[in-house]
Amino acid sequence: MQTYYPLFTAIPLAAAFLNLLLAKISMKVSDYIAFLVTGILAVMSVEMLFEAPFIYAVGNWRPPFGILLVSDGLSSLMLVVINFISLLSVIFSMKYMTTYTAKPKYYSLFMLMIAGMNGVVITGDMFNLYVFLEIASIASYALVGFGTGKKELEASFKYLILGGVASTAVLFGIAFLYSITGTLNMPDLAQQLELVGMTKTVGFVVALFLMGFGLKASMVPFHAWLPDAHPSAPAPISAMLSGVLIKALGVYTIMRIMFDIIGRNELISAIIMFLGALSMVIGGLLAVGQKDFKRMLAYSSISQMGYVMIAVGLALKPGAELVVATLALIGGLFHLINHAVFKSLLFLCSGAVEYRTGTRDFRKLGGLIKKMPVTGSACAIGSLSIAGIPPFNGFWSKLIIILALFRGGYWIYGTVGVAVGFVTLIYFVMLQKETLFGKLPESLSKVKEAPFAMVLPLVILAALCVAMGIGYWAIEGQMLDSAANALLDKVAYMNYLIGG
Amino acid sequence: MNHYFYFLSLVLLVMGLYCLIAKKNIVKKIIGIVITEYSINLFLILVGYRHGGIAPIFLKGMQHEELVQKGVDPLPQALVLTSIVIGLGTLALMVALCLRMYEKFKTFDMTKINTLKG
Repeated sequence: MQTYYPLFTAIPLAAAFLNLLLAKISMKVSDYIAFLVTGILAVMSVEMLFEAPFIYAVGNWRPPFGILLVSDGLSSLMLVVINFISLLSVIFSMKYMTTYTAKPKYYSLFMLMIAGMNGVVITGDMFNLYVFLEIASIASYALVGFGTGKKELEASFKYLILGGVASTAVLFGIAFLYSITGTLNMPDLAQQLELVGMTKTVGFVVALFLMGFGLKASMVPFHAWLPDAHPSAPAPISAMLSGVLIKALGVYTIMRIMFDIIGRNELISAIIMFLGALSMVIGGLLAVGQKDFKRMLAYSSISQMGYVMIAVGLALKPGAELVVATLALIGGLFHLINHAVFKSLLFLCSGAVEYRTGTRDFRKLGGLIKKMPVTGSACAIGSLSIAGIPPFNGFWSKLIIILALFRGGYWIYGTVGVAVGFVTLIYFVMLQKETLFGKLPESLSKVKEAPFAMVLPLVILAALCVAMGIGYWAIEGQMLDSAANALLDKVAYMNYLIGG
Repeated sequence: MNHYFYFLSLVLLVMGLYCLIAKKNIVKKIIGIVITEYSINLFLILVGYRHGGIAPIFLKGMQHEELVQKGVDPLPQALVLTSIVIGLGTLALMVALCLRMYEKFKTFDMTKINTLKG
């Protein structure tokens, strides 16, 4: 597997261009290409879980000079999440995207986005990270505006302007890091920054990164684009954006840089925890009043990412006991995976509902569980897990995060976490009442169940929600522990410079 | 004396951000984004700047020490090239979106383009 590591970006990049060429011959072919590519990537990413950490020097250049690809517990975990969700989104798109024109272009942009996200996750080079970040971002700007209606264009433009500022901030930070240390290799940067210490310049770099990556992760002061952009995209893309993109480009990068490169720090920990708590509360409260299916889900994404960020912030605290830090990180990473599963499930459900009814306004929906039993039950399972009802997966991850907060002595944040859990429950009960149960409007009396290609991903994701809730202990040892240790062990990361 | 040059990129950055925030016209906002991007490119170039530097190419009859002492750092220049190309990609997308928005809304004024609320 080790020699094939760069294929995680090379395959989708090549497929993105081939797809457009082959689509000239037959439009049908792009469905199969997309399915094949994401299928291969998903299988490869599962295989990566069983690999010991290794490095791959691109073009055989020695590490501090050439580009380095790093594989450790965290990156293989992220690869599984990215590629598995994208496979299911592609299956869903086959039927759903027939309502749009220019399907081959859609798949090409989709492939570019996957290439960018995989690249961000596997790379060990700062500037390479920026390049892949931009590839994924530019593809996502275009995908948000794919419908080219008034709303889509406006949302896409807003997202583009804010995303452009964020990318500029990231590049500025990278330029500063280069001017301090004279290197861009991430393990080497970690070593050099150890010598430099926490100077004012490094503090400024941290601020720039928090702004840039925080905007991609939609932490609260930088969240304004998300409730516009995520609902405007086609449903499978909303699932990808909320389920994967904000995590790969935002949360993963923040974790990797703050833990492994800058190092654990009191002030950064306090800031990230505060922003996390703010995201949790504000996202949750804003979601309550929403009348649009997808817009409510988008606000809930902000709120749920707050949970992950607060856990990351707690683990970043240098004074925290190892037990607390590990517990917080395991909770955060578990919530990250869970959120990827149930948020993409819910967005795909909203897509299935919109496909059959033509609307996602709560005032025009209702009683759909009788007409669309499979979609309805999947949607119910998704909302129960995100609201944190045992035994679904969302309950366990929130429980672990809140336990870690209490154990670390953060009583206020812990209480806020519990309170936001209740708020989440309120708006997801509302969502269920308005769409699945209640009275069926006259106009929807002829609605049928969604087609098979759309139901299949929903069933798989709903099954995962239940399986990960009940079988939590099975994945905890293999995946979460090694990912959490990869983050907490900065010395091991620095040693990748000399070949692991 | 060298570090005074960095003010150039600061001035550009502030100008670009001002343009981005204060102007209502979306074309001007795009220009603002481009100016901020270029200020960072300038900053990167200045990081690699060396007074009286020479191109980092090893020519015939040149001493190793001479190259080490005088040669400029080639890496920032490579980075700037990449970042200019990325900037071009973003710019093309921005302009295309801007044109499509003009077709739909018949205006470039961002305050009149407000279909999304809540």
